[in-house]
Amino acid sequence: MTSSSPADARGRTPRRRGDSRRGDAVFFNLSRGAGVLLLVVMAAIAGFLTYRSALALGKNEGNFLTTFEWTPDAVKPVFGIAVLTFGTLVSALIAMLIAVPVAVGIALFISHYAPRRIAQPFAYLVDLLAAVPSIVYGLWGVLFLVPHMNGLTSWMDQYLGWTYIFDQSSSGVPARNLFTVGILLAIMVLPIITAVTREVFRQVPRMHEEAALALGATRWEMVRTAVLPFGRPGIISASMLGLGRALGETIAVATVLSTNSKLSLHLLDPGGGTFAENIALKFNEAQPLGRDALMASGLVLFVITLLVNGAARVIIARRKEYSGAAA
Amino acid sequence: MAKRIDVSGLSAYYGSTRAIEDISMTIEPRSVTAFIGPSGCGKSTFLRTLNRMHEVIPGARVEGKVMLDDENLYGANVDPVAVRRSVGMVFQRPNPFPTMSIYDNVVAGLRLAGVKKKSVLDGVVERSLQGANLWNEVKDRLNKPGAGLSGGQQQRLCIARAIAVEPEVLLMDEPCSALDPISTLAIEDLIGELKSQFTIVIVTHNMQQAARVSDRTAFFNLAGVGQPGKLIELDDTQRIFSNPSVQATEDYISGRFG
Ligand SMILES: Nc1ncnc2c1ncn2[C@@H]1O[C@H](COP(=O)(O)OP(=O)(O)OP(=O)(O)O)[C@@H](O)[C@H]1O
Ligand SMILES: [Mg+2]
Repeated sequence: MTSSSPADARGRTPRRRGDSRRGDAVFFNLSRGAGVLLLVVMAAIAGFLTYRSALALGKNEGNFLTTFEWTPDAVKPVFGIAVLTFGTLVSALIAMLIAVPVAVGIALFISHYAPRRIAQPFAYLVDLLAAVPSIVYGLWGVLFLVPHMNGLTSWMDQYLGWTYIFDQSSSGVPARNLFTVGILLAIMVLPIITAVTREVFRQVPRMHEEAALALGATRWEMVRTAVLPFGRPGIISASMLGLGRALGETIAVATVLSTNSKLSLHLLDPGGGTFAENIALKFNEAQPLGRDALMASGLVLFVITLLVNGAARVIIARRKEYSGAAA
Repeated sequence: MAKRIDVSGLSAYYGSTRAIEDISMTIEPRSVTAFIGPSGCGKSTFLRTLNRMHEVIPGARVEGKVMLDDENLYGANVDPVAVRRSVGMVFQRPNPFPTMSIYDNVVAGLRLAGVKKKSVLDGVVERSLQGANLWNEVKDRLNKPGAGLSGGQQQRLCIARAIAVEPEVLLMDEPCSALDPISTLAIEDLIGELKSQFTIVIVTHNMQQAARVSDRTAFFNLAGVGQPGKLIELDDTQRIFSNPSVQATEDYISGRFG
């Protein structure tokens, strides 16, 4: 084509071309503006949090990282995140250890085992679990789960007590402990992990599954050779989504956990705390310094969540060439 | 090793629609048989009934008999998984496992069968890749992902993976249709070599390819859209392409079809 103006060749008028250029420009500026706005808001939040945290940390008379107590409004302000960090990480870890395998199992059942007329309603049911409000989980946890945990905890105390972490100091107390919180969190993050992994499993190309079947794989072997490896990055991403929620869950933990400022490896004993729960319970009565101290702890939770996500990205990227994206 | 296939009265269904109807044929061991015919006449469907891959599609079923020497693949006590181990398959689009290295792809079938010994696997990898004419190109990067190879190399990798388990029969569904002429030639040469060990069935839309690689050719056709496909004739490739006994075959081959 020799024409310098192909649009003319298609019969468009110059005016319309000008319009579409202007449309481009408007859209470009709009989307760039949105991007800039997002950055500004994020910077403002980070700046605000950091500034207030620094104020609090300057007045702290204890070590912020290793102190167990949280008494920022006392005459001699002392507060630290040791108990909160421990409780947050442990309860989230327990939640992950339970939720990930169960979620992968359910997702596989829905995507590869159940007949379609069962799979569809079942998938819907799991999605529905995600719509239950946190406070309802919290109420269910404290009114139903806690009273029904005693059988399990005394069994674990008897047979797994030698592990130290499952050794119960006194039996018969309500199980408002980190272990119960972990179980509750597992139930809460189950739907999101299941939903994401299910979609990933559904996207496994049929030809990879047939490749496995044609080699003489049973259904389970097909899942192991074609579906699970292909879905691995998706499983990791889904777990990170769930972990993010478990780390930050507030009201359900605050309802179930009987908090104190002891750092105990006995996971079946009541006590401990988490970042989000601590903020929720202390914020209302906190004095200005107490509020700044809580913000400092919120900043730490934010950093922990970022680190966890970063780690997941590294894991996924390391095996990128095997991800199947190239196929 | 290579076995005779004897099909009688075979029909295959997708749900309630019959895709192929009443097919009977005999395929000799250590020969190459080509399936030709217009699109939709059921060549792939028929091929997939020969290793019981048809039934993995929901709602799909098969009627009739497929004898592999003297065992009916559709007999009551026959395990389809075992059938697929002895009747290997190569697909139209190269489909190495994307999450596995070249090495792991080749031994995938053996691993499924429970072979673990490194020395055995090493030997099979070299032998199968040699057999698929791929060894020289990949011997220095066996631990690299299989998905990083060219399309033609990937298809030869899939052939290596299929022959690694030493099947009696090798089924190939348009194995060259996604490949360039040079890779196609490489695979045709390979088929010529493999037929000394395996019974080979190949679906192709390429008449020259059928004429070049096969000993026998089967022509399939269908009476019309929505009608089941049927076997029109099966004869020596030579005869099919020079002097077929059915007019429809001659029309199809000479391009006077439809
Ligand atoms: N998964 C499926 N579900 C339902 N019908 C199918 C399915 N696969 C194939 N069919 C139908 O079965 C008939 C035979 O299809 P088949 O793929 O065997 O033809 P083919 O001869 O291999 O065609 P081609 O040369 O295009 O590959 C067609 O009418 C097709 O629409
Ligand atoms: Mg086909």
